[in-house]
Amino acid sequence: MTLHADLRVTRGAFRLGAELVVQPGEVVALLGPNGAGKSTALRALAGLLPLTGGHIRLGERMWDAPPDVFRPAERRPIGVVFQDYLLFAHLSALENVAFGLRARGVGRAAARAEAARWLDRVGLAAHAKARPRTLSGGQAQRVALARALATGPELLLLDEPLAALDAATRLHVRAELGRHLRDYPGHTLLVTHDPLDAMVLADRLVVLEHGEVVQEGPPTEVARRPRTDYVADLVGLNLYRGTGHGTAVSLDGGGTLTVAAPATGPVHVVFPPNAVSLHPEHPAGSPRNAWRVTVAGIEQHAHTTRVRLDGVPPVLADVTTATVADLRLRPGDELWAAVKATEAHAYPS
Amino acid sequence: MTTTRRRTGGRLPVALVVPAVVGLAFLLVPLVGLLVRAPWGTLPTRLLSPSVGEALRLSLVCASLATVVCLVLGVPLAWLLARGDVPGRGVLRALVTVPLVLPPVVGGVALLFVLGRRGLVGQYLDAWFGVSLPFTTAGVVLAEAFVAMPFLVISVEGALRAADPRYEEAAATLGASRWLAFRRVTLPSILPGVVAGTVLCWARALGEFGATITFAGNFPGETTTMPLAVYLALETDPDAAIVLSVVLLLVSVGVLAALRDRWISGPS
Repeated sequence: MTLHADLRVTRGAFRLGAELVVQPGEVVALLGPNGAGKSTALRALAGLLPLTGGHIRLGERMWDAPPDVFRPAERRPIGVVFQDYLLFAHLSALENVAFGLRARGVGRAAARAEAARWLDRVGLAAHAKARPRTLSGGQAQRVALARALATGPELLLLDEPLAALDAATRLHVRAELGRHLRDYPGHTLLVTHDPLDAMVLADRLVVLEHGEVVQEGPPTEVARRPRTDYVADLVGLNLYRGTGHGTAVSLDGGGTLTVAAPATGPVHVVFPPNAVSLHPEHPAGSPRNAWRVTVAGIEQHAHTTRVRLDGVPPVLADVTTATVADLRLRPGDELWAAVKATEAHAYPS
Repeated sequence: MTTTRRRTGGRLPVALVVPAVVGLAFLLVPLVGLLVRAPWGTLPTRLLSPSVGEALRLSLVCASLATVVCLVLGVPLAWLLARGDVPGRGVLRALVTVPLVLPPVVGGVALLFVLGRRGLVGQYLDAWFGVSLPFTTAGVVLAEAFVAMPFLVISVEGALRAADPRYEEAAATLGASRWLAFRRVTLPSILPGVVAGTVLCWARALGEFGATITFAGNFPGETTTMPLAVYLALETDPDAAIVLSVVLLLVSVGVLAALRDRWISGPS
């Protein structure tokens, strides 16, 4: 079953008009700046906000089609992880996870047993009796995820699921969330303003600006060929999948990168285009990563020039207009790209 | 350098201190006087005397029943005012608080003309069910509930408005109907507000005088609650009036202490 959504919401001066199609097992990230309409889209899909036009349909079942059809949230097979989790403070972790099953008519004992299985799956079996306020941010996030998934929803909605976590916790929780999302057979929509979350977790990005979809595609595609300045600034990351062997990461698409912090197993390596420097000869000195590249394209953005470079691996570089002039950059030119190991970050995937 | 305490703001202004002390005395001296004049020696026997015991029992029963009525009707009303999508909510909210500022005797008169035997509603109650409310114990409960309910509604509505409605949305996404979300999520989260409102409501019902004597009259054992008994005893047996007053005073102080410890001065 495929989720088809033509989300049209008009509220005052704000208009949302976005089409989304999500396949089973697919993770789609809705990415955009604040006020772009991401939350409105999520609320409409959840049934917390009725559409003013368009429709939401899962397979043959219509969820929302104004003015005739509206299935409220409690009658949609959904699970939502809210930004601040919204765990019920007076219930234990186990009772929080069991809540949805109880609300959907599962018996008390069966609901608690199923909830206990989910807590075990997210590694919190020991915290079943804990009240939400005694849990750390990462633990609360995992309880929220277990609560959303326990009812076996067809559509999983994640609203900035990592935004409330500090940087160190985030790394770990992101990797774990990715693992659960890969196991989840239903449709997933992830709303975020963090490009890294989107690129690491999602199979496809949908970029929303001013209530409209401005670009969509696989993460690497969107990163390589941003269509708006916003996308270029935000998503224009160099992102590679690879396997870590200490500080060396051999990339799935060929090539090797040296990173600052040692990593083992499957990882993502990320660095921003402005961390890439271009040289006519093999650079001397500190850069640990230097490889031969060919200029494939040059795009002028608001304040910088973005250079697309083919090589092993291919890479994006943001350089100043002065550098473009110095190097007399033209498509087809052969150069050396260099990235300091300290600029390249490896994330477990 | 001396070791005496020094004030940073200079001397306290006499123009403020004098009226403040007078005001304090004005509030406290009558209560102290009541305690001084109380016949402590005979207090236990008087408390156990039939007339005092009867009034005390009737007061506790009626105030508690009135509180139950207020809870059953008032909590849903507070929910409607805080969460319901009803037109003219502001006006409704203002109307609900009218009994709060209305002289209770006016409330009693109003009840009498609506629920009395010839009243707007009362005539049908009498004709169809043979029920007559004025001058009965049920009338006492109604009069007390009428005066006390706004305390509960305002307290619960305030708690509801402070509670984050997104928790109800979270419950909805988990498959909970609005009724289930209210029972399992909202009500537990506003419990402190409900308890505070209940205590205030009960205390107000216990002290109710004007509406009760107007609507329910004064029949010992049936409608003579403590405040009525105090007023009547003042003419015939001043010591009994003092004893009853001391009991009411202690209940009031107890209510205040309970509210202060558990619910007023921040998280427990």
